[in-house]
Amino acid sequence: MTTARITLSGLAERLDAQWATPHTVYGWFATVDHKKIGIRYLVTAFVFLLLGGIEAALMRAQLARPNGHLLSPEAYDQLFTMHGTTMIFWYASPILSGFGNYLVPLLIGSRDMAFPRLNAFSYWSFVLSGLFVYASFLAGAAPHGGWFAYVPYTGPSYSPGLNMDFYALALLFLTISTTVGAINFVVTIFTMRAPGMSLSRMPLMMWSTLTTSVATIFALPALTAALILLELDRRFGFRFFDATGGGTPLLWQHLFWVFGHPWVYIIILPATGMASMMFPTFCRRPIVGHTYIALATVSTGLFGFGVWAHHMFATGMPLLSTTFFSAASMAVSVPSGMQVFAWLATIWAARRHVFSTTFLFLLGFIVLFVIGGVSGVMTASVPYDWQVTDSYFVVAHLHYVLVGINLFPVIAAFYYWLPKMTGRLLDERLGRWNFWVMFIGANLTFFPMHFVGVRGMPRRIYTYPAGMGWDSMNMLESVGAAVFAIGVLLFLINVLWSRRAGAIAGDNPWGASSLEWSTTSPPPEYNFEIIPVVRSREPLWDAQPPATDAAVAEYRVLDDGRRTLGTTVLDGQPQEVLRMPGDSLWPLAIALTLAAMFTALLFASLAGILVTGALVLLCAGGWLWPQPEELVP
Amino acid sequence: MIAAMLRPLAVFQLRAYYDRAPSTMSAASHDAQRLATLGVAMTVVATLIFLLVVGIIGFGLWRRRNSPDALDSPADVRTPVDVSENWWILGGGLAMPVVVLAGVFLMTLSTMRAYRPAPAGAPEILVIGHQWWWEVRYPNDTVITANELHLPVGRAVHLELRSADVIHSFWAPNLEGKTDVIPGQQNEMVLRADSAGVYRAECAEYCGRQHANMALSIVAEAPADYQRWLSSTKAVAAAPANDTARAGLAVFMSHSCAFCHSIRGTPATGSFGPDLTHLGSRSTLAGGALPNTVGYLAGWISNADRLKPGTKMPASPMDGASLQAVVRYLEGLK
Repeated sequence: MTTARITLSGLAERLDAQWATPHTVYGWFATVDHKKIGIRYLVTAFVFLLLGGIEAALMRAQLARPNGHLLSPEAYDQLFTMHGTTMIFWYASPILSGFGNYLVPLLIGSRDMAFPRLNAFSYWSFVLSGLFVYASFLAGAAPHGGWFAYVPYTGPSYSPGLNMDFYALALLFLTISTTVGAINFVVTIFTMRAPGMSLSRMPLMMWSTLTTSVATIFALPALTAALILLELDRRFGFRFFDATGGGTPLLWQHLFWVFGHPWVYIIILPATGMASMMFPTFCRRPIVGHTYIALATVSTGLFGFGVWAHHMFATGMPLLSTTFFSAASMAVSVPSGMQVFAWLATIWAARRHVFSTTFLFLLGFIVLFVIGGVSGVMTASVPYDWQVTDSYFVVAHLHYVLVGINLFPVIAAFYYWLPKMTGRLLDERLGRWNFWVMFIGANLTFFPMHFVGVRGMPRRIYTYPAGMGWDSMNMLESVGAAVFAIGVLLFLINVLWSRRAGAIAGDNPWGASSLEWSTTSPPPEYNFEIIPVVRSREPLWDAQPPATDAAVAEYRVLDDGRRTLGTTVLDGQPQEVLRMPGDSLWPLAIALTLAAMFTALLFASLAGILVTGALVLLCAGGWLWPQPEELVP
Repeated sequence: MIAAMLRPLAVFQLRAYYDRAPSTMSAASHDAQRLATLGVAMTVVATLIFLLVVGIIGFGLWRRRNSPDALDSPADVRTPVDVSENWWILGGGLAMPVVVLAGVFLMTLSTMRAYRPAPAGAPEILVIGHQWWWEVRYPNDTVITANELHLPVGRAVHLELRSADVIHSFWAPNLEGKTDVIPGQQNEMVLRADSAGVYRAECAEYCGRQHANMALSIVAEAPADYQRWLSSTKAVAAAPANDTARAGLAVFMSHSCAFCHSIRGTPATGSFGPDLTHLGSRSTLAGGALPNTVGYLAGWISNADRLKPGTKMPASPMDGASLQAVVRYLEGLK
């Protein structure tokens, strides 16, 4: 299906001249194009997924049989810590930032993010913080305290090496990247939507991106505070978490989970938002319950802040408090139920089903979502949680949530949007294999974990004795992990194959309704020659397509320099013409100097910290120095 | 000699030391039974919800099985199939979960009602988590042991849980859910076994390198047997019975052993490691990691790190005769 695009003579050339990044080394490092940054996010986060996957595979090799001795206990501890830390912080959230970066401006009909340079900085500091934490392997001191790093084990007395400093400093570095990224999304979505795109017409993925971005801004400070207190304990002899010095270990748990539980929603809601974009396309109808999904998304983000203590039911909390958090944790699953039933209704009342690979992954996503959801309700029941918490049951639950509600929609999204990014479709036949192998592998790996957990196997043990009733299930899980890995490999093969030989996608290969499909695949640097006008929730399904209206198009050409349109928050009425900044090396420079500063912090070199800190400030000055174009009124 | 005594690690049959596999589904107490029932009930509800969702997907796909593959025009898409948002989203997505969750919450509350403080006069037992073993002390510190906890069957005991270092968690799946063991905080739990037997408790909170090998045997026995065990464990260590054992005690005192370990009735009063006064009567060594046999004990003393990498127990290199003597002495401490 193609959508007619109008072209004004000479416009594309003028916009090209203003927006194109030179194909030079300078251009590669200086670009602020949200699409390039988005793709870099996706590639980098996927590399972290593969690293985390390799770590998981090594653990499954160790646990395939009782009394395994492939890995030393210390190596195992580092692997499970890095597996969790990588997947949660350097894969699950950044992969969604990648889709967000690429798609948000395209979905709302804008030419870039609100703060393109901040966007570039966000990417560079994400990748550098990842390199920083992985450098710990080279130093032979990878973090080993678990991804939630409970004190006092991670404090100075019990983990004296650099291991947990790598963890704390790398995460502090990453929180800077994540925070500025979240602010960028909020401002972009609030102020840069195409004319006519009122909040009520905004695509559902914008609701989920908005919700998670706001939640990020409020959740991350708790983590930042916890990490700073940890470093003060570790480096400066403070005793925040040291019971022998009047501190309390539970403070860490409260701070960590006040951040950590909203974070769970932060790494699944954008994926559910993407699912809500994809279901209508393959069911050939608008989504059922658009408003309810938007409400459910926002309320999940909100209620997510009130349930953190369900991670702490066994810490000896008063029973009355546990019942409160138990009720809240069950209640938070209600909006998820509304979302699931909205998708079910969309499938039920479809005009027809288009069985693309994307659609298969979406169906698999619902199935895994429901399993992860109901096991979550079981752990929300306080006394049952006393049995299953910190057992493999919880490992099963959290992997159903993260694989089911993050990875499956993400793979679906790759099959759906990669053609927009590269101009080429992925292979559908290989895609089917990809889906079934991954789906079977995921279930083989994670479903038996429920059983070994209920049968008393604690998590985070590097080995286990034979005959406890865990042997055959563990073997099954390890076989499943191998199948799962083959599934991921099939996906990679498909992506690489499609880059060379995939069928040409065209503007709108799926006949979808949202604005990104109205431009070319891949889109030009400026996204849209003419800023589209939106008249409904499904602009490309309108009788009057959004960019063929020559009369209104006239004042939205915006071809005198890098320009895009600013609109009002509620109604999306044109408000002002925004001047967008050009390419710059300063974002990279500030990220590099920050990396140097965190390295100086790691080695506790006062002189190093002062020098690198001064360099960071200098770079900030360079960044803020007025550019010739900005001086024009 | 030591090499000959050590069998390959994979041959451990620790399972033989427990009467049951440590499963929440193999309940040996009323509490564990209630929790298992709650788990089964919730699993049934969960399975029904799962089947409902899969059924809707399956039937929904089946209804449209004959539709052609070709994409239809935007004009077609603009006239959607009618569907009741109220029924689906407010009925299926809101009302149904609320009803189901209310039911689950009531089951939760009724299970929690069964948790009551220990009855007056229940034995008070102090359990202290160490990296990576359990210290167990009975009232007034008259009975001190490690990695084993005896209790009278059918009677509630009151556990005080403390940590000597980092956070641990006390979990005996056959008997009761977990309670964390947190430094600077005294947690409590009531433990009761309703059928006699030896059960495995394990550390359930990651606590460092040997978190995997931090188990405790819970021996639930007839009250008379329990009393007998208490009084025999209360006694100071037996004097060495022969020359070898006497030499062993001398080796124990002259090496660094006594800095960390106590043997009541001897000058050894260390408190960093487990109390060894009745080591010979325990079934396992090293936090439940090894069977308590002459061979493993010798291997443990001469190079503990090889058997349990990262353990705080240092290697004590000594000649064969000394090793044999000290092993004979310790194994004689019934």
